[in-house]
Amino acid sequence: MNNMHFDENNTNYFKLDFADERVDGADKVTGKAKYTAEYNMSNMAYAVFVTSTIAKGTIKNIDTAKALASPGVLDVIYYANCPSVPGYIKNEWRGHKVLYDNQVRFFGQPIALIVADSLENANAAIRLVRAEYESQAFETNFDLARKDATKLKGTVAYKRGIENKFKEAPVFVEAEYAIPAEVHLPMEMHATIEFWEGEDKVTLYDKTQGPKSTQSTVARTFGLSDKNVRVIAENVGGGFGSGLRSWANVPAAVMASKKLNRPVKLVLTRPQMFTLVGYRPQSWQKIGIGADASGRFVGITHEAISGTSRYEDFREGIVNVSKFLYACDNVDTKYSMLPLDLSTPVWMRGPGEATGSYGLESAIDELSYKLKMDPIELRIKNFTTVNPENKLPFSDINLKDCYAYGKDKIGWKNRPTVPGSLKENGMLIGYGMANGVFGAGKGAATVRALLNQEGKLTLECAVSDMGPGTTTSMTKIAASAMQMPIEKVKFKLGDSDLPPGPSQGGSGTTSTVGSAVDLACTTLKQNLKDLAIKYAPAFATLKSDALEVKNEMVVALADANIKIAIVDLLQFIPDKKIDLTIASSGKTAEQLKFTSNSFSSHYVKVAVNPKDGTIKILQVVTTGDAGKIISPKTARSQMIGGVVGGIGMALTEQLEMDHQSGQIINASFGAYHVPLHSQIPPTDVWFVDKPDVNMNSIGAKGIGEIALIGFAAAVSNAVYNATGIRVRDLPITPAKLGFKAKV
Amino acid sequence: MNPCQFDDARRGFLKKSASLAVLYFTPSVLVKTFAADAIVPMPIAKEKLQFILNGKSVSFEIDARTTVLNLLREQIGYTGTKKGCEMGQCGACTIHVNGKRLKSCTQLALNHQNNQITTIEGLAKGDQLHPMQAAFLKHDAFQCGYCTSGQIMSAVACVREGKAGSRASIQAYMDTNICRCGAYQNIVDAIDEVAKSGAKI
Repeated sequence: MNNMHFDENNTNYFKLDFADERVDGADKVTGKAKYTAEYNMSNMAYAVFVTSTIAKGTIKNIDTAKALASPGVLDVIYYANCPSVPGYIKNEWRGHKVLYDNQVRFFGQPIALIVADSLENANAAIRLVRAEYESQAFETNFDLARKDATKLKGTVAYKRGIENKFKEAPVFVEAEYAIPAEVHLPMEMHATIEFWEGEDKVTLYDKTQGPKSTQSTVARTFGLSDKNVRVIAENVGGGFGSGLRSWANVPAAVMASKKLNRPVKLVLTRPQMFTLVGYRPQSWQKIGIGADASGRFVGITHEAISGTSRYEDFREGIVNVSKFLYACDNVDTKYSMLPLDLSTPVWMRGPGEATGSYGLESAIDELSYKLKMDPIELRIKNFTTVNPENKLPFSDINLKDCYAYGKDKIGWKNRPTVPGSLKENGMLIGYGMANGVFGAGKGAATVRALLNQEGKLTLECAVSDMGPGTTTSMTKIAASAMQMPIEKVKFKLGDSDLPPGPSQGGSGTTSTVGSAVDLACTTLKQNLKDLAIKYAPAFATLKSDALEVKNEMVVALADANIKIAIVDLLQFIPDKKIDLTIASSGKTAEQLKFTSNSFSSHYVKVAVNPKDGTIKILQVVTTGDAGKIISPKTARSQMIGGVVGGIGMALTEQLEMDHQSGQIINASFGAYHVPLHSQIPPTDVWFVDKPDVNMNSIGAKGIGEIALIGFAAAVSNAVYNATGIRVRDLPITPAKLGFKAKV
Repeated sequence: MNPCQFDDARRGFLKKSASLAVLYFTPSVLVKTFAADAIVPMPIAKEKLQFILNGKSVSFEIDARTTVLNLLREQIGYTGTKKGCEMGQCGACTIHVNGKRLKSCTQLALNHQNNQITTIEGLAKGDQLHPMQAAFLKHDAFQCGYCTSGQIMSAVACVREGKAGSRASIQAYMDTNICRCGAYQNIVDAIDEVAKSGAKI
């Protein structure tokens, strides 16, 4: 295979035997790690939202007198008294203009902000604010509205070959699949602490997946220069996408702090986490897929609709997966948005690909039964190493290795070919599998590397770490590149004052920031070699390509006795340190000759109780094909986390709405069921773990999305294999399997 | 002390807080003779509170409405105990009170006069991690780390109460603690290892 960009022998990448615990793990198990809401400052005020009790309409009046008279209340900010926000006027703030106008666009929208001297006093005043509304007709029912084509917008179609060709195939399936709205629900609630220093300079502690993105948003919204806005997100307690943009809490806290001239802390409540920080939109898909008798795909037709808000467009890449994962000459897709009177959705783990893969991987499973063909064999039959959409070769694809591992570990040989025919201990047993795929990007990032006179290396980048272990991975990449002990390397992130880095999203952090760290270390090593040649007499006649940096020394390749410790070398230069900032760009021309993706393949064994339809997942095997795995322990945790998220998506998670009022009615952990300890089966994680040499200098691709993408289909396929009942709308519940609750 | 035995100070608080309770804690159905927003709250007198926090006696003057969780996080600055829902549903705020685990978001602080309270900050001995903390680190039993304090406090209670005999038993006991990153399998691995080690925790 092509090995021109990655010379493992030369760099000794990832050969060092590091301790594999998270470098910031001790802070997290001792409670020392500080999250956004945990910074307390003197004279800090507490803010809480008052939210709307109608779904759509105009606020005629807000009576704030009683709240203002309540003990400790400093102010009640609403549309009639809010400070001027330049970005609202210029439409540079995305989203609804919180506290700015008298329009209600969704149930639970903030209509006023109470600021008080304590949290207790702020909370006590919420019920004292009374709003009078003029309600308008609204629509929140996706299932009804999507059937009216005039309500759809933003339709995009794609065609390769002949439209609806699947119908001409000797064997085909055409089916509709539905997914309800799901909510990210990171354990840390969104929060902002904000304070001004003078007229034009603000600092925010904010729960964000992108300190630079939040900095830019606040700067544009409040008419400030970027350098006068500092955003700190040192630790982020989960996100899954909800932290990829700024929500109402950010401008509200900035406004309140400006108006009151003191620091303000605004923490959302758990119910507000269901309404104010995005969600995976409800979706409907129709997939037609046909094959010839040998199983070769003849045509795929994939149509999808997903919800958005009335005031913003949010698109999902639901149909994209059908265009390129499998070889097929005839593919046509159509995607539309459906605006509803709800808040705006946002990318949730796996985003559109997770939705689309549920449909496509379910439809392929359905087709396999019609063909009387093993579903893994069917996928192998349509395997391709060239992306059929853009005709570029995949930089690397090893799904067949995943199939071999998964089949063996899950016990695929025991899978019944006739659904509903296998019983163990009185339970119906089924096996299912499905694939996932997500684009592997490499973007721009800048890293500062500071090597001090004690030989300690600090790297800095304004990315964030919401849990995957970015700090650990980046530390490992640097320690590997420098061939130095990991304890002497520190990676700093989560502060917009650091050199610019991407938001943590779309599985791109390791590739993007890791490439920048690698480039910074390469430059640093070159500097050290040059210094040795310039200052150390023993090196005077040597060329830099005859030297290497390892074990905290510069060493001659030809003679290991010619060496100098880095700390001794640094003594020769006036600063006694090296401080460099290196920008890494997107993919090179060479890398752009390929199309890069991460792949996954999931295997599930389920038991369905024939008496009541309850579903228990007995065993999971999940496999990832994502290049070199930088940090095996944290990568494994990401994969098991994806499985847990996928179990929720498949079996329990559903945002429920009362369409009479437009209100979300299960906005709590008690009513919206995320997976718990006892629902989690033994999960085996396996990676191909082979550097993708055509992707970037470190050979690594992302895994955050592929951990989840496809998993819900694997569960659904296993439930069908166990019962012979195909449920095509998530979550799969006993009721949908035809079991009635006993009263 | 047994939290069910009321001392005089506590009874005093209960009398004083009875009228406040109408304002703040009574379901609206019981006060429908007057609209809830017709009453403006009166200033809240500060109440004296004393308890043992991680082995040290501490005392405060607090707003009677303050929960243990908000007292720890907003006033004492012990932010290791996390706020995840304020409804007793997620377990992020789990602490130990008189040796039993308790969700601190549902507890009014004044109900804990003289109680022994242990938070995540009280587990390690200096730089030496508690065996459960070390096991969580070893098994990577977390990702974002936000639910971790509560998981560890519950995990310690699980072993102490003899509920860690099997994986199924650990899972059932730990169902009180949500981890949205999905580290459940690693958490159970960590608890199982500590339980099997026989270490006194």
